[in-house]
Amino acid sequence: MKVLLSWLREFAPLEGAPEDIADQLSALGLAVEEMTAVGEGFDGLVVARVLDLRPHPDADRIQLVDVDAGDGQALQICCGAFNMSVGDLVPLATLGTVMPNGMEIARRKMRGEWSNGMLCASEEIGLGDDSEGIMLLDAALEPGTPLSEALEIVSDVLYDLEVNPNRPDAMSVAGVARDLAAVQQVPFSLCRPTVQESGDLAPGRVSVEIIDHDLCGRFALRVLDGITVEPSPRWLANRLTALGMRPINNVVDASNYVMLELGQPSHTYDLARLDGAGFTVRRAVDGEEITTLDGVERTLESSDGVVTDAQNVVIGIAGVMGGASTEIDETTTTVALEMAWWDPISISATARRLGLRSEASARFERGADPEVAELAMQRFVELLAPSGVTMAPGLIDERGNLPAVDPVTVRVARVNALLGTEVSQEAMSALLTSLEFANTVDGDNLQVIVPSFRPDTTTETDIAEEVARLYGYANIAKTVPLSTLTGGLTSRQKDRRLVRNTMLGLGIDEAMPVPFLAPGDLAAAGLSATGVMVANPLVAEESVMRASLRPGLLKTLAYNASHRLTGLQIFEVGHVYDQPAQSQPLPDENEHLGVALAGADAGEAVAVWSALADALALGQYELVADQPAGLHATRTARIEVSGTPVGFVGEIDPTVLTAYEVPQRVGWLEVNLDVLLALPHGVKMFAAFSRYPTSDVDLAFEVDESVPAAAVAAALREAAGSLLVDLALFDVFRSEAMAEGKRSLAYTLRFQADDRTLTDGEIAETRQRCIDAVQGALPAVLRS
Amino acid sequence: MTELDLDAHLAQAATDITAAKDLAALKDLDGALLGKKSAITAAKRTLGGLEPDQRRALGLRLNEVRDELTGLLEERRRHLEVGERAAQLENERLDLTELDRGRRLGHRHVITQTWERLEDLFVGMGYTVSEGPEIEDEWHNFGALNFPPDHPARDMYDTLYVNYGDPQSTLLRTHTSPVQVRVMEDQEPPIYSIMPGRVFRSDTADATHMPVFHQIEALVIDRGITFGDLAGTLEAFTTAYFGEGFTSRLRPSYFPFTEPSAEFDIRRPDGSWLELGGCGMVHPNVLTAAGLDPEEWSGFAFGFGLDRLALMRHGIDDLRELFRNDHRFLSQF
Repeated sequence: MKVLLSWLREFAPLEGAPEDIADQLSALGLAVEEMTAVGEGFDGLVVARVLDLRPHPDADRIQLVDVDAGDGQALQICCGAFNMSVGDLVPLATLGTVMPNGMEIARRKMRGEWSNGMLCASEEIGLGDDSEGIMLLDAALEPGTPLSEALEIVSDVLYDLEVNPNRPDAMSVAGVARDLAAVQQVPFSLCRPTVQESGDLAPGRVSVEIIDHDLCGRFALRVLDGITVEPSPRWLANRLTALGMRPINNVVDASNYVMLELGQPSHTYDLARLDGAGFTVRRAVDGEEITTLDGVERTLESSDGVVTDAQNVVIGIAGVMGGASTEIDETTTTVALEMAWWDPISISATARRLGLRSEASARFERGADPEVAELAMQRFVELLAPSGVTMAPGLIDERGNLPAVDPVTVRVARVNALLGTEVSQEAMSALLTSLEFANTVDGDNLQVIVPSFRPDTTTETDIAEEVARLYGYANIAKTVPLSTLTGGLTSRQKDRRLVRNTMLGLGIDEAMPVPFLAPGDLAAAGLSATGVMVANPLVAEESVMRASLRPGLLKTLAYNASHRLTGLQIFEVGHVYDQPAQSQPLPDENEHLGVALAGADAGEAVAVWSALADALALGQYELVADQPAGLHATRTARIEVSGTPVGFVGEIDPTVLTAYEVPQRVGWLEVNLDVLLALPHGVKMFAAFSRYPTSDVDLAFEVDESVPAAAVAAALREAAGSLLVDLALFDVFRSEAMAEGKRSLAYTLRFQADDRTLTDGEIAETRQRCIDAVQGALPAVLRS
Repeated sequence: MTELDLDAHLAQAATDITAAKDLAALKDLDGALLGKKSAITAAKRTLGGLEPDQRRALGLRLNEVRDELTGLLEERRRHLEVGERAAQLENERLDLTELDRGRRLGHRHVITQTWERLEDLFVGMGYTVSEGPEIEDEWHNFGALNFPPDHPARDMYDTLYVNYGDPQSTLLRTHTSPVQVRVMEDQEPPIYSIMPGRVFRSDTADATHMPVFHQIEALVIDRGITFGDLAGTLEAFTTAYFGEGFTSRLRPSYFPFTEPSAEFDIRRPDGSWLELGGCGMVHPNVLTAAGLDPEEWSGFAFGFGLDRLALMRHGIDDLRELFRNDHRFLSQF
């Protein structure tokens, strides 16, 4: 909402510099987005009459113009525009004028011809948006008149305010002035026009029937005679322009002016074009049609509100836009002026559905003031009175259902307790009164009547906000409540940090891909395509929610590889989503850890997993060879912790790498942290260790490739029993000297007893038991 | 061996010891001069056959020579040892600048860094950290937060819905505020908690907008909590996070779930203002929806964008950079 300082001052004798008033507006909750000085920079600009136009002898794109700048002399100007004719009045920037863009006008030669000034386009002097043609002025002006005087331009300050949805009153100049007057403690008064009624009684000429009382809370109508459609006075057009509305003609402009000033939108019907002057307000019938003022034919639905004529033909969409059939034009002499109150939710739905959001609908949506119509009508007529408009006697005023306005009981102590203030009952009453919240003392409380222009204010807490606003948020003492609780992270949150820190300690960088995927991304990564879909995505690339961290991390590798950044080691901790197997309130959502090691093999991925298992102090885990889709069929294992699957470790399937355009082998780890961190982990109990000597025995086996190293280790552990205190696989090698499909696995076994020094005999016996166990249970042979 | 012979022997031995090139040669020499087969040992064996006077004189002399040889050998050994250690060190010489390409730590994402910094700060103020689902139901995201159905205030949020349950029943949460509702539903007051999290809006990515971004908000519910407490807590946070010289102010604003509502701005030491976030006293309707009696409990909430703090702290001028995951970006922080 834009407001002019001069306009605000018509309602209250506001004090202070423009900057101070801007600060007050912001402190009132009407944030000033921009403050601009307007109507300045017209020094040197005068009205000039075109005397002669002739071609430039040496240039096609400019012509020579002789103008009279008020002294009767012909002054030659070179001009690049060709839209004027001899006799036209145009703005002339005389020599020495500094233009708004900073350029100073000087006498200079253009292609050999003198130019003694510059003729201006409206855009060049901030009076419009035409930058092509020269601005043509009212023919009645006198050459030589300063332009600001001729156009009645006054220097002013324009505030562009951000108005929140709960402040429909501040969608008007008067409403903004009311707030400022309250905070400055100066008197505020609305204009009180006194318009004499004349002519034939209105009620005999028009009638109104409200059928849907929820749709329309009030439908007020006046009949105006003596209409002459013509341009608005300059001052009025200037104000509309300043506030961002384009002047059309005096009737439309008066409607807009009243809306900007008082917040009440209106609509005018040409009575002569109306097929029977009986207005009816109802909901549309599905499929009913109307051609609106903008010439567009629109099909209505039963939720839309409409106004019809006596023939039950729709002549306007309630609160949104009027119909073309009753539009006023140059022939109009008598109009019906409608000022109504429409149900905000209905207007909002219709405006949104039809894509027709106007200044009027914006005000109805937020809740217009149902009681300002009569005043607004008087103001409308007052503005048009100079052109001879008269108001027929009698107001037609039909009412439907308006929001109930019940007095609000405000406990002064409660308001102070909420705000942390000590405002007395008397002071609180005065603050509210200055905002036109009528109130009476009721014991320790105040009984408050909320004014009709503040529909969002209905409760004691709402009133507390008004008290705070006017008392000044900045004046409320700052205190800090002392938490009686012990703050801290949950163990889960600490674990998440530990997971991240472990990855970072391993030299893996943290990435954060967006969780949106394109259709086909999941399938290309070998994942089930029944993920959660976005119902209203802006673009297809953001229409699928990820069910795994795999696509995002692979895209990250591909993006970097395309910039010649290869060998990335990256991880992500984030949520993944999927359709649940059974009915539940929300889709499945789990936190995962994903690790992608470009250029690395499954072995490095396993090393990352084992470091994580160590960091989290997990108990036993198993890596079980598995072939989930999308992962490398012969280099992937399912991770089971205490028998529970928690994720997969290995490599990405080469087919997936090709689909994602990742040029390197990728070691992969993805773990469901919700599952993993719910399993026992963390604090371990101390296990005492033996004080007796240890003995090391090395054993190497030639083992079939089909046998996992873990199986050999398991056999060794079982055979050695409690004497085995450490087992390390220290060497793996393959050579042509060995049989096809075999490799050597070499282990160091460390033996130790809790209660004695082991004898050579015991060690030899245990060693043999281990050899026998491995050779007996597995396709494996001891290497000599 | 006569004394004259001994003098000659000693002179020759001294020459040999000085000539010994390394410890191994010296060890051999040690054996030859003092060992069982040495001339000294052999001479000692002849002592028994001498007259007592001669025996004593020669014996003393033999001992003198032996001690002298031992001293010479020891001196030479020390000399050779120093040389050999120096040679060993020389052999092991490394150019460490050539080796300066080894291990590195991973880099924590700037959003995580900011997130954890904020968590730590509020934990220090006695707050817990709460979380909730990123895919939410309409009730927790809007209804319980005092957004009536069809209320224009819902238009303030460009909501992304998902294909789950009834149309528009399930959505990508548009703010972290639904976690407030979940915390109030699950915990008895007093509540002092923050809710960092990922949120979503139907927005086209540009330098200042992303369809996914992060927020953090705080919720305090206790007896006797005031608007002044909100202002004071924000001021304490401002100084703790941004540093000395930074202050805060509140301006009236509107959110359906708070009343009174405010925007909060940060004032930098140079006097300029930064609009940071929204806040207010928890609306009685929100307390009631969560099963709390507004006459007994009151509270405040405030929230702001987390990503912007990360951008400001590290001098990053484009929000999209945080999510592009270019390694040249990730590895900088």
